[in-house]
Amino acid sequence: MLKFVLRRILFSIPILIISSLLVFWGIRLAFDPTARYRQSRDAARVIAEKRKEFGLDRPILAQWWSWATKFVRGDWGVSYTTDDHVTSMVSRALGFTMQLIFWGMLISLVVAVFVGVYSAVRQYSFGDVLFTSLSYLGVAMPPFWFALLLIQFTSVWPKTHWDLDRPIFFFVGLHSSGQSGINMDYVRHLVLPVLTLSVQSIAVWSRFQRASMLDVLSADYIRTARAKGLPRRKVILKHGLRNALLPLVSQTAVDSAALFGGLVITEQIFSIPGMGRLFLAALQNGDVNVLLAWMLTGAVFVILFNLIADIVYGLLDPRIRVQ
Amino acid sequence: MADDPLLELTNLSVKFPTDDGIVHAVDNVSYSLAEGETLGIVGESGSGKSVTSLAILGLLPKRAQITGSVRFRGRELLTLSDKEMQPLRGKNIAMIFQDALTSLNPVFRVGDQIAESITAHRTLGKDQLSERVIDLLELVGIPNPKERANQYPHEFSGGMRQRAMIAMSIANEPDVLIADEPTTALDVTIQAQVLEVMDRVKDRTSSAIVLITHDLGVIAGVADRVLVMYAGRPVEIGTADEIFYKPRHPYAEGLLASLPRLDRRSGGERLHRIKGQPPSLVLLPPGCAFNPRCPHAKHNICDGPRPELVSIGRGEHKSACLRVNEIYADEMAVS
Amino acid sequence: MTLSDEETAPELIPIDKIEEIIEEMPEADEGDLELVAGAEPVARSQFRLVTRRFFRHKAAVISLFFLTVVLVMCFGASWVAPFPRNKIDLLAEIVGPGRDHLFGVDQLGRDYFTEILYAGQVSLKIGIAVGLISTVIGFAAGAIAGYFGGAIDNALMRFTDLFLLIPGLAILAVALKYFGYKDLTIILVLAGVAWMSVARVVRSQVLSLREKEFVEAARASGASSRRIILRHILPNMLGPIMVNATLGIAAAIIVEATLSFLGFGIQPPKSSWGKMLSDAEGQIGGKSAYLLYFPGLMLLIVVLCVNFIGDGLRDAFDPQAKH
Repeated sequence: MLKFVLRRILFSIPILIISSLLVFWGIRLAFDPTARYRQSRDAARVIAEKRKEFGLDRPILAQWWSWATKFVRGDWGVSYTTDDHVTSMVSRALGFTMQLIFWGMLISLVVAVFVGVYSAVRQYSFGDVLFTSLSYLGVAMPPFWFALLLIQFTSVWPKTHWDLDRPIFFFVGLHSSGQSGINMDYVRHLVLPVLTLSVQSIAVWSRFQRASMLDVLSADYIRTARAKGLPRRKVILKHGLRNALLPLVSQTAVDSAALFGGLVITEQIFSIPGMGRLFLAALQNGDVNVLLAWMLTGAVFVILFNLIADIVYGLLDPRIRVQ
Repeated sequence: MADDPLLELTNLSVKFPTDDGIVHAVDNVSYSLAEGETLGIVGESGSGKSVTSLAILGLLPKRAQITGSVRFRGRELLTLSDKEMQPLRGKNIAMIFQDALTSLNPVFRVGDQIAESITAHRTLGKDQLSERVIDLLELVGIPNPKERANQYPHEFSGGMRQRAMIAMSIANEPDVLIADEPTTALDVTIQAQVLEVMDRVKDRTSSAIVLITHDLGVIAGVADRVLVMYAGRPVEIGTADEIFYKPRHPYAEGLLASLPRLDRRSGGERLHRIKGQPPSLVLLPPGCAFNPRCPHAKHNICDGPRPELVSIGRGEHKSACLRVNEIYADEMAVS
Repeated sequence: MTLSDEETAPELIPIDKIEEIIEEMPEADEGDLELVAGAEPVARSQFRLVTRRFFRHKAAVISLFFLTVVLVMCFGASWVAPFPRNKIDLLAEIVGPGRDHLFGVDQLGRDYFTEILYAGQVSLKIGIAVGLISTVIGFAAGAIAGYFGGAIDNALMRFTDLFLLIPGLAILAVALKYFGYKDLTIILVLAGVAWMSVARVVRSQVLSLREKEFVEAARASGASSRRIILRHILPNMLGPIMVNATLGIAAAIIVEATLSFLGFGIQPPKSSWGKMLSDAEGQIGGKSAYLLYFPGLMLLIVVLCVNFIGDGLRDAFDPQAKH
């Protein structure tokens, strides 16, 4: 098992190196980090100074190399825009993003599995048709528009029309000022962003789970289980579900990248200072240090994610277990 | 009631509505099974043999339209709800399926799956339970039963998997054991081993067995009585001896003749085969289903009324051939 | 069939009836045509078979109709639109949907319906172009890599691996900033990122197709690689290609909308539905909230229609597939 994990990580390293070089090069080409100094007094001199400070005169490979050597030693540099230490920027942002991902994945998986299994067992019932229609809508709906509609209809409109003190659901950040911890205030902040994050995942995964469950329910071993005299519920939940979850586990690993994409929109609209927001701000300013740190952190997470998915899969399916 | 046969099917028919029309999977099948008896059901694929058995256990999909009667010790099964059937399944009537690789759940250990057969119907202590499982594995001839019980189906060989399935089905010493093509997915050498296991099982549990297969060779020496099916219909039923040595239906004859025999001279003789293809179960020809392929088919007789099983001679030997008396006149005159 | 003395000859079925019978059989394919008709398989019949099956799919047909209407109205905006494009009137009364203005009036006094139609041209043009281009390139690359394997396959996999870790948004933002925001650039850049996932999926499919018996048979009879790909593998993939194209178009439309919404896509003075939503974001809870509804609605409708058409195509080409 350990060897498996190590091998995985080892193989990813060259890719990480090359990707970071490509991104570094691309951003250097497209963005000028001294741009914000153009408006200052004595711009020419300031810019020349900054250029020297940022090492912009050297060849790109050299610039990248100095960045890389510092990076692996833990010195992630300083942001061009905020002069903040990149490490603290990233870890702060990570905190927020982790919360979103955690709740988002949890809710998505639970709902998707439930809906999928229900739809498969009660195929063609009213519930199944309803869920299927909703899935079609969920997949076709642009997530950012969904977020805007949510804010409009569940938060702003009720507040103005019912003359409320504060909106039912909050849409800025994860806590009201002065609040912290897991409480009602937190939940009211979480609802809309988590919904936005999960709407597409639920739509796709529930259909997937439905198909997977239908496949499993027509398998021979289900027939055997029934022939043994087991009650229906046990047959479906014990014999069916475990097998039906396997494809979903693989699929979530594949879709994890899309989930990160959805994060950017969600954090932007709901003003949550997570990795997505960090990324957008850095991108707009060509803040190379932040962008690279962000990218590599993200890459590590994607790799981690895939690893976890593989391990879970092995736990569920004895045929795949690493001997 | 003591006089009731163990299992009795009367005029069992199963229809499936499909996009292309109604499929008559099983058409008017009747037979009875006595305690400890082995009945072999023979026929090509699509002859309705498996569907008949699934109907007995109530395992057909909801869209199946089932008519007729299936009585187990006098109790009507077709009207029972799924919940009412559960105590019977795996306990009084058990089934062995064809492909053990797909019929066993790949994510659970073999021992656990066998244990599940038992705990579905009664509670046993953990030790007692594992003892029983190991006993069963031993009975079906699986070496190292203790280790094997903790393994997964994909770690077993094909023959061993089938034996494990057998172990699972006899766990509660059922009165009726239905074996649906238990040897079809196996190599010939393994086939013999599995049949031998079934023999042993029969001795141990004195269950009545319904052995379904398309291979006459498997039936020989194992079955007491034989039912021959074609296109969902019964065409001949009798004792094993009667069917093998005195077949009274052209289809049964054809099946027997197409068995490759080691005891006949081969000199230039080609393998006999029954010409043509089995009919579509949606578009059956009028009259006898075998008519288009029958070497003895006669216009106006064989394409007229539907043949039913009719007694020939004494005893229980029945044939559904409309021309049985003419075709087998010589043989019948002798007997 | 051995026919005995007095029997009837089997009824002969006329040739045109055979075609009809085959068309009724849902599983009929090229092979069946050969068996029954005893002549060269008629390609025309297969086309008719597929179109027949497509038109059985009600949702797909309705979607095709709606989509056509939208396409005609948007691209024919110069004839259809009630007002000239971009007619800013700062003194106009800002009203909601009504008789004079179907979709209301926006913040600059323009007729919203007109703006939607013209913006639709951009959104649809980009979406369709990206979908088609990425599908074609993806399939070509994937097929070649999958069929020839070896170094070519390796190269493709490593190359796409690289871009799996680099977030698409980053690539898009950088490339657009560097190359400019012209429509063509956007199309090429979006397609340049999208083809990779298509290629990966196609590659694995071709890998498995390659091992199938009919390819072995073709190879054994001396067919050249090019011939095998063109005449054996590609026709089997025609269905998936078309389905993939529709999914690609749907995804591209949403990606462009998202990018434009975030400010990284279409820049003013040009407009697309995503950009219109970005402009309308401030209208949440205000009197002009209707400005939010219509662009999003158009996106939803178009994507929904495209998805249904994709479903219909999938059914038409492979009715056995579970979905």
